[in-house]
Amino acid sequence: MSSMGLTSLTYNTLLKMFSENKRFDGRELLEQRDLSVEYEVSYKAEGSARVKLGKTEVVAGVKLGLGEPYPDSLDKGNLMVSGDLLPLASPRFESGPPKYNSLELTRLVERAIRESGVIDLSKLVIKEGEKVWTVMIDIYPINDDGALIDAASIAAMAALLHTNIPELDKDGRIDYEKKSTKKLPLLENTIPLSLTFYKLGETIFVDPTREEEEACDGKIVWGISNYKGKEHMIHSCQKGMEASMSSEDIDKMMKHLPKLYDDTLKKLKKFLK
Amino acid sequence: MAFKRPDGRKLDEIRPITAKVGIIPNADGSAMFTFGKTVAIAAVYGPRMLHPQHMQDPKTAILRVNYDLLSFSVEDRKKPGPSRRSQEISKVTEWALSPALDLKEFPNTVIDVQIYILQANASTRVAGINAASMALAQAGIPMRDLVCAVSVGKMDKDIVIDVNDEEEHFEDGEGATDTATARLANSDRFTLLQLDGKIQPSLIPKALEMANKAFAKIYEIQKKTLKGVMEEKE
Repeated sequence: MSSMGLTSLTYNTLLKMFSENKRFDGRELLEQRDLSVEYEVSYKAEGSARVKLGKTEVVAGVKLGLGEPYPDSLDKGNLMVSGDLLPLASPRFESGPPKYNSLELTRLVERAIRESGVIDLSKLVIKEGEKVWTVMIDIYPINDDGALIDAASIAAMAALLHTNIPELDKDGRIDYEKKSTKKLPLLENTIPLSLTFYKLGETIFVDPTREEEEACDGKIVWGISNYKGKEHMIHSCQKGMEASMSSEDIDKMMKHLPKLYDDTLKKLKKFLK
Repeated sequence: MAFKRPDGRKLDEIRPITAKVGIIPNADGSAMFTFGKTVAIAAVYGPRMLHPQHMQDPKTAILRVNYDLLSFSVEDRKKPGPSRRSQEISKVTEWALSPALDLKEFPNTVIDVQIYILQANASTRVAGINAASMALAQAGIPMRDLVCAVSVGKMDKDIVIDVNDEEEHFEDGEGATDTATARLANSDRFTLLQLDGKIQPSLIPKALEMANKAFAKIYEIQKKTLKGVMEEKE
């Protein structure tokens, strides 16, 4: 795999195939690749997961730290999502200061998690106004074959669902020696995921391979959950890339998003312990 | 019972808008746009040669947007310089504006759009896009259309237009959802869609419908303001 951009030949072939509802790998336009999840990428993390979506592979880890609350939320713990597109994962990624794509990835994963309220931050207070837990989620792609944000959000949620809060010693410091079984306080039956619809020419589709994604000129990332197990709820959304979207495009996404979410959740649930 | 807006507006009522172009003599195009107490200004420089040369694209001009809050535009002083938030807004604003421009007309060049918020009372990014769209037109850059932008909110269960500060922090019921939208004025092409909060998928088309009505009003104001400047020149 070279780091050269897409050739016009590949682009034109993809454009033609998509207009005929065909894909190189034989999938339907709205069909997601196989998903698998593993845990304990690092036993040093409070929770961690590895997600494979086709050939795309992402690891996410959760660390909990002690800190002060923010002045505007003295009665809540903190949440931070960061990550980096490591040059390890693709010839297209470069080292150096984070570029827009890594900012987009971490901000969108963070917003879906934060806005859904899945982490009950009010239960992460040790001493109000003074000492709280900070939940730090870090996301790293290991192999980029498209749809990184979708894979990253699944990895982040899988890691969160298996996160324990460390024990404190008598001086109030983290005691890593003590084995903790205290789960991170999560809102029940609410699993927010970021799922993306892409646009190539006039065709809307999901879960692109790297090549398909590079040919695209528009996408919308949706953060959605089965809020409290009751109804589908959108928590975040962001249009990316130059192409504009018609009302019809957006209506189509709204029609298919709940099903895409349910299917993804079903696949993810097979791997939940 | 329907949501009662803190400033007494109807659900589909935009705050008072003021618009002005040509506010920065040095710029090739410039404009100010306000939604109530939110004040955005924008300047356009270019098309001009892009340096360093290796960043040039022989096929097209590059649109480069910078959005930021002035440090005293918000309650807690904003540390000057780019934040994660402002970098994200700058990028989505680029994408909100570029479908209106024919960038291929100006190969190897850059069009710089600088947007700053003087006073923030929510909906700053959409005020900035409205200002930038007028500034691009005043700069004489060929445009397919003007870009109109507005925020749509959901307060508990009700859809409202042009969210203000107080509404942004509304927490009762299903709480506040804030959606930033932009569209080409005369075609069904959304160029910005960004959302935070809690909203059912079935309500998205309704929110966009309300935005569409606001776009028509904003477009008339943008057009009138730009025409006013043309007439002054003559």
